[in-house]
Amino acid sequence: MKPSGWQELLLAALFAMLAAFVPLVANGYWLSIAVTAMMYLALATSWALFSGPTHYISLATGAFFGIGGYLVGSMMSDYQLAFWVPLVVAPVVAALLAMLIGLATLRLSGVYFVIFTLGLAEMIRNLISWIQNNFLGSRGLYVLTDLRDQHIYWMLLAVAAVVYLLGWLINRSRLGFALRIIGNDETVARHVGINTATAKVILFTTTGFFAALVGAIIAPRWSYIEPNQVFSPQLSFLVVIMALLGGAGRLWGPLVGVIPFTIIWEWVGVQFPNQSFLFMGLAFLLIVYVLPNGVVGRIEQLRARLREREA
Amino acid sequence: MIRRRLFNLAATAALAGLALSGAAQAAEVIKLGAIAPKTGPLAGGAVVTQWPNIQLWVEQVNARGGLDVGGTQMMIELIEYDDKTNPGEHIKLAQRLAEQDQVDFVVAPYGTGFNIAAAPIYGRYGYPMIAVSAITDKMDELTERYPNLFFTLGTTTAFVDGVKEILVEQREAGAIGNEIAMVNVADAFGIELADRARELFTEAGFELVYDKSYPLGTPDLSPVMKGAKDSGAKAFVAWSYPPDSFGLAEQAIIEDLDVSVYYSAVATSFPAFGDAYGGKINNVLGAGGTNVDDPAIAAYRAAHLDVTGKVADYWASANTYAALQILEQAIEGAGTKDKETVTQYIKDNSFDTVMGTLTFENNVSHTFWSVGQWQDGVFRGVKGTGVEGAVPVRLKDGWVE
Amino acid sequence: MLDILVSGLLLSGTYALVAMGLNLQYGVARIMNLANGEVLVLGALAAFWLFTTSQVSPLLTVILVIPVAFVGNWLIYRFLLTPLVRRSKNQGQLEVDAILATFGMSFILIGIMVSIEGGFFAYKYLSEPISILGSTSSLNRLVAFLIAVAIGGALYLWLNHTRPGVAVRAVAVSTEASGLVGINVPRMSALAFALGGAITAVGGALISTFITLDASIGVVFTMKALIIVIMGGVGEIRGAIVAAAILGLVETAVATLVDPGLTLAAAYLIFVLILLFRPQGLFGRVSS
Repeated sequence: MKPSGWQELLLAALFAMLAAFVPLVANGYWLSIAVTAMMYLALATSWALFSGPTHYISLATGAFFGIGGYLVGSMMSDYQLAFWVPLVVAPVVAALLAMLIGLATLRLSGVYFVIFTLGLAEMIRNLISWIQNNFLGSRGLYVLTDLRDQHIYWMLLAVAAVVYLLGWLINRSRLGFALRIIGNDETVARHVGINTATAKVILFTTTGFFAALVGAIIAPRWSYIEPNQVFSPQLSFLVVIMALLGGAGRLWGPLVGVIPFTIIWEWVGVQFPNQSFLFMGLAFLLIVYVLPNGVVGRIEQLRARLREREA
Repeated sequence: MIRRRLFNLAATAALAGLALSGAAQAAEVIKLGAIAPKTGPLAGGAVVTQWPNIQLWVEQVNARGGLDVGGTQMMIELIEYDDKTNPGEHIKLAQRLAEQDQVDFVVAPYGTGFNIAAAPIYGRYGYPMIAVSAITDKMDELTERYPNLFFTLGTTTAFVDGVKEILVEQREAGAIGNEIAMVNVADAFGIELADRARELFTEAGFELVYDKSYPLGTPDLSPVMKGAKDSGAKAFVAWSYPPDSFGLAEQAIIEDLDVSVYYSAVATSFPAFGDAYGGKINNVLGAGGTNVDDPAIAAYRAAHLDVTGKVADYWASANTYAALQILEQAIEGAGTKDKETVTQYIKDNSFDTVMGTLTFENNVSHTFWSVGQWQDGVFRGVKGTGVEGAVPVRLKDGWVE
Repeated sequence: MLDILVSGLLLSGTYALVAMGLNLQYGVARIMNLANGEVLVLGALAAFWLFTTSQVSPLLTVILVIPVAFVGNWLIYRFLLTPLVRRSKNQGQLEVDAILATFGMSFILIGIMVSIEGGFFAYKYLSEPISILGSTSSLNRLVAFLIAVAIGGALYLWLNHTRPGVAVRAVAVSTEASGLVGINVPRMSALAFALGGAITAVGGALISTFITLDASIGVVFTMKALIIVIMGGVGEIRGAIVAAAILGLVETAVATLVDPGLTLAAAYLIFVLILLFRPQGLFGRVSS
């Protein structure tokens, strides 16, 4: 085991501990930014667990997230169940679904996989709206709880920490090794006797599980669930963008993507309330051209240069 | 930091159409925060109903020297944000208004979901929140939970009731039979209205011979309209949203839908609806309505056109403006910027607005239009609660100009 | 039955307009263009704006839009995307860069459109009923369908029977091999991207005559276009057209025979099933 691996884990643990204090020092506004960042961090890190090493870009995050949010809304509003019930049920449902998707998509590669997940997510969204309309009926899906931003923040932080630790363990395991070979060349991976199917399905299932968990945790914050809003394709895109911006090849890549993204997003939204999209887009292009390999690429470039100078 | 603040101030002022004169800067200001979509799926509605009224009201109040708060004239400084039709974004910005901008008062959000999502935050900071574009049957539970939340546009049931009354009347008059064709958009509000309507229409002895939903963003509504037409019902009811209210009308024209009662919900009251389809949609019924003959409404509509350059929407525009008038009168009446006092003032008093005299009973105002009808180029109220000037319902008779 | 066929085919025309442009852009220039829907809405905005302010017929706008969108997209490819193509070492890298860059562009376009018109692009043009084989339909949908057929046909002939067309197709098959046989790959890619953008904008102008759009709705069309392109197989104009036809007919059939509430779910189900049985799309080549 390389010492640098432990170093990274230690840094992450330190970061998580510091992050846990945010609600105690930040006011409501900064806390609400932190909640948003933490939500995307958990989603992007779990997304990168699968997509990072395999290079399979999944656009199904919105579907899993939606299952989480929707089940909370439906179970609490239509069946008067306590919050923790869907909190436990939703990730399991999403994981099962993710497993099926994982099995179904084994033959797909490249852009076909990307758009397949997008189409599937849209199918789920429409199917659930239809079920809601015809069988459940509804007087609106209300999620009224006493949970406040700090509680949601801590829950999300815990999820993000668990995802990170899991990713760290996977990287060190036979599974992680298998995934990296799949990412480099899937045919080679199969030839050297790696069960590519199992590896891919396990990881994709994990991603689905955590995305639904995040969706369920966020639901009380929104208070009112609209199926078409929780199953947002925009969310799937944003998660991909943030992870790629950071660099999906490293476990901490999403972290360095999400934080600047959230800050720029916020700054632009506040400075240009009438033109936030325009300036956000410009900021985006700038990032793409200035940071060719994401934030991770830039950091590693700087590191290499430092090392050179030392040597 | 200073530069940013200055920029903010300048931008805000420019947007509100204020002339940032030296005198205005010196005078005391009262800060008002507004968050609503400028982009995203709900933006098309918000730029018709929400934003122009905020602009109009702020401009009018500032033109006459601002609000009189306990003897001090205070100019309104408007701080506005785009929530991009995203609840998470809205919540974050609401926190910003309270913590960073420290606004004195807020304009309630646009859309039912957004009002409910923002209510816990504004409740915690004590802002009175006079919701307009929020229709629900859970008002009692919500106002009990959030005592600072007020409702002004009516309940889901009231909206369905208005349509039901018309259907019952027309059945008695022999214009329609027992059969109704009903469609709805498969999204929160559409599902809720259809669900309630199914219950109330059946209770009233109607038979839903066509009862289908269609997904949000359906590109071709012609199969829906063909289905409704084939059902042979003489009454058509659609619990629809903005883009599809237009699409349904278009298909009804194409198919020459033979009905005596045609109703589509949200956005039927938009001036753009009348502009697009002209005389063809004469006698189409829709959610909302207004009494254009009322002098107060007429003056308001003229000012709206004058200041914003747009014709006011024939439904929630007047209610949105009235909610701002309530805030204005409550602040001036209470004579303070203290939120708690102002909230209490809203609960205890009645207000003279463009919608007439409004009072709150357990935080809910029962003065609103529920159904309107396009009659010769104007969308007039035909059913409402606590409002005057309802005109008789006319029958739909073909789709030619 | 005839109703389904007529309405379904007309809807297919709409979908073909949505997807043909992206098919060229992705198939030839290898750019996964997430701003495709916004370009379409931009075409719609032009039609709406010219019609409501100066009573310009949307059909005239269609003609005006072609050169403007062509040049605009050519400039985008030449100055914003070419650097990305140059620096990427492989297709995967380019895909990631293109996603990020075009996502940014889609935001910029939304911002520009919102500042021109924040509300709905509501207007009415040629919404006259006509009877096709005894089934009622509208003139604006028929016009859009006919233009879609014309564009699809012209594109097919151009790609198969002209020198530049064949060169473009060669680039679609393999950039390396085309470069070796003396095809100017960057120029052909720019041409395909610009042409694709122009077709998309024309589609938007036509679609706006019968669907009410707004500045933020582009993503809906981007997703539909991606689905159709992938379903048909990357870089195959026939594939996109067949996929559009399938979706149009399936959606209309389900809406008429089963439940309009299931139209979109059914369309996506068909897409999912096709990919499960043909992982390279209907007409796609098995990649080496």
